[in-house]
Amino acid sequence: MPFREAIRLALQVIWNQKMKSGFSVIGVFIGVTFLIAVVSIVEGMNNYMTDRFAGAILGVNTFQLRRYPRLQIEDVSRETRRKWWRRPRISYEDARAVTAGITVPHRAAWESLTSEHVEYGGKVARDIEIVGTSEQYFAIKDWDIAEGRPFSQQEARTGQPVIVLGNELANRLFENADPLGRHVKIRKIPYRVVGVVESQGNIFGISLDKFAVAPALSPIKRIVAPPRVIDALVVQTNSVEDLQTAMTQTEAVMRSRRGLRPTEENNFSVETSEAILDFWGKINRILMLALPGLVSISLVVGGIVIMNIMLMAVAERTREIGIRKSLGARRRDIMRQFLVESATLAIVGAGIGIGTGLALAALVQATTFLPARVAPWSVAVGVLLGAGVGIAAGLYPASRAARLDPVEAIRHE
Amino acid sequence: MTRDGSLIRVSGLTREYRMGAETVHALRGVDMEIYRNEYVAIMGPSGSGKSTLMNIIGCLDTCTVGEYWLNGVEVSGVGDDELARIRNQEIGFVFQTFNLLPRATALHNVELPLIYAGVSAKIRRRCAAQALERVGLADRMQHRPNELSGGQRQRVAIARGLVNEPSILLADEPTGNLDSTTSAEIMGVFDGLHQQGQTVVMVTHERDIAARARRVITLLDGRVHSDTVREAA
Repeated sequence: MPFREAIRLALQVIWNQKMKSGFSVIGVFIGVTFLIAVVSIVEGMNNYMTDRFAGAILGVNTFQLRRYPRLQIEDVSRETRRKWWRRPRISYEDARAVTAGITVPHRAAWESLTSEHVEYGGKVARDIEIVGTSEQYFAIKDWDIAEGRPFSQQEARTGQPVIVLGNELANRLFENADPLGRHVKIRKIPYRVVGVVESQGNIFGISLDKFAVAPALSPIKRIVAPPRVIDALVVQTNSVEDLQTAMTQTEAVMRSRRGLRPTEENNFSVETSEAILDFWGKINRILMLALPGLVSISLVVGGIVIMNIMLMAVAERTREIGIRKSLGARRRDIMRQFLVESATLAIVGAGIGIGTGLALAALVQATTFLPARVAPWSVAVGVLLGAGVGIAAGLYPASRAARLDPVEAIRHE
Repeated sequence: MTRDGSLIRVSGLTREYRMGAETVHALRGVDMEIYRNEYVAIMGPSGSGKSTLMNIIGCLDTCTVGEYWLNGVEVSGVGDDELARIRNQEIGFVFQTFNLLPRATALHNVELPLIYAGVSAKIRRRCAAQALERVGLADRMQHRPNELSGGQRQRVAIARGLVNEPSILLADEPTGNLDSTTSAEIMGVFDGLHQQGQTVVMVTHERDIAARARRVITLLDGRVHSDTVREAA
């Protein structure tokens, strides 16, 4: 029997027994749905992490010089942690020396962070991220200024009590009023608002607009970091190659300033956005490792169900097989008929699974902050898995059907 | 009749079945020859071996010992696929219980042998339609078996048996499930086919059905008991 004929026949049988077919493909359906939905979400996250998360937190082509890594990817032992705590902090002088030592084109900014209330009039905005920094910070973060201006190099150097507010913070404190020229208070000290940053949106549902930025040398220095030290020096270059050079130079400057011997480890940390991506990559890998297990369990179960359904079909249609054989069907014709039927059944199940998986991914995308992106390979894998399961599950029933004795089969009631 | 006309030649045909510890001797050495354009009825009481002989002639079954020549080709001892090919090309079956596929239309049922012969869809449809016309069912092609009367179903089965232009049309109690009027009608179809030159071999236990054949072979206990040829009137 030609292949097309077999497929047509299979579809007809499946259509004639919609209920039974529906139940028999549930395992494959669930497995493939799961595959598509999870892969779409993971892929979406992947994309999101690379595009936005790493960029938003650390900036593109950016590294940070810190006392110890901000992002702890692996479980850090208490001992390591204690060692980190004993490291000297990054001083103003360290930061200046490193900036002077980098020969490739770059931007650099100090960064010290704390969380503090910000007041205006009677209103208090709690737990706002306060950043003590320098004027190039705005460029590194690639922030657009919605109103006013960033603070100037002059203001940064002389430590003027000026401040630039995040969008949400400005809205909360000033509502519809113009914030420019007004004074907000942090720990009772007034800062003149010179600018408001364009909204940065949110990641994973957390607003990126609840911050205030002031010159590192302004009175803010008393609350963001201990005297004459900073949390981090942020450096941005124009290219990845320059980034490598700048990092090497930074390391060299720091090692020499700290007087480290070649055998000694760095007692500072140079961190790139790669580190975050590594972290994400790890989660990603875990998900992708767990996925085949989960998918294969449902596919194996689905395969067993299909095999049983096909065995039943062979028993029910023994007479049909006998008739076909008496009319000249060879073993391989019967074999093919049942294999195609079980493969078609499984592919139909996989197809519905793909549709549902895509719908689920779209639903997650629409209703939560989790992004989703459909990976074409997962759709292909879904179809192939469906066909594979169908063929594997159909082999035994089909060979039983093919081996039936025509005389007995045709007498079967 | 000359040897050239010999379509079926069996000699020493023996068939044994094992039923648990016992061996059943269905055929105990059958010798016979059937010629082209013959109309043969095989008779005998139940258990005489006529169905077994029919199955072997129809290549659904193989003999334990003996020789079977069909159309000058030795059939005993060929493989499964070759038997399927012979069933497809040389044999047209008509069964007592019709054995149509219940979900398929009359036309599709008749197309089945052509599907296994690898005939293209277009030619298949035309041949099947012609075969249905030959048995007078041109207006029932799109009906399913449950929408047809017993006689019409048997006509579909006959059309299916004829569609591959087989050497022999093998009918096993073709009127066993039909009332006498319809039986006469179906027998009329067989008579007509024989007159057109079709070789017909029919298993039956009804004398008046057998009487329509030109030659009657009677089996008893797995052997040929009598073989009589009536001269044409």
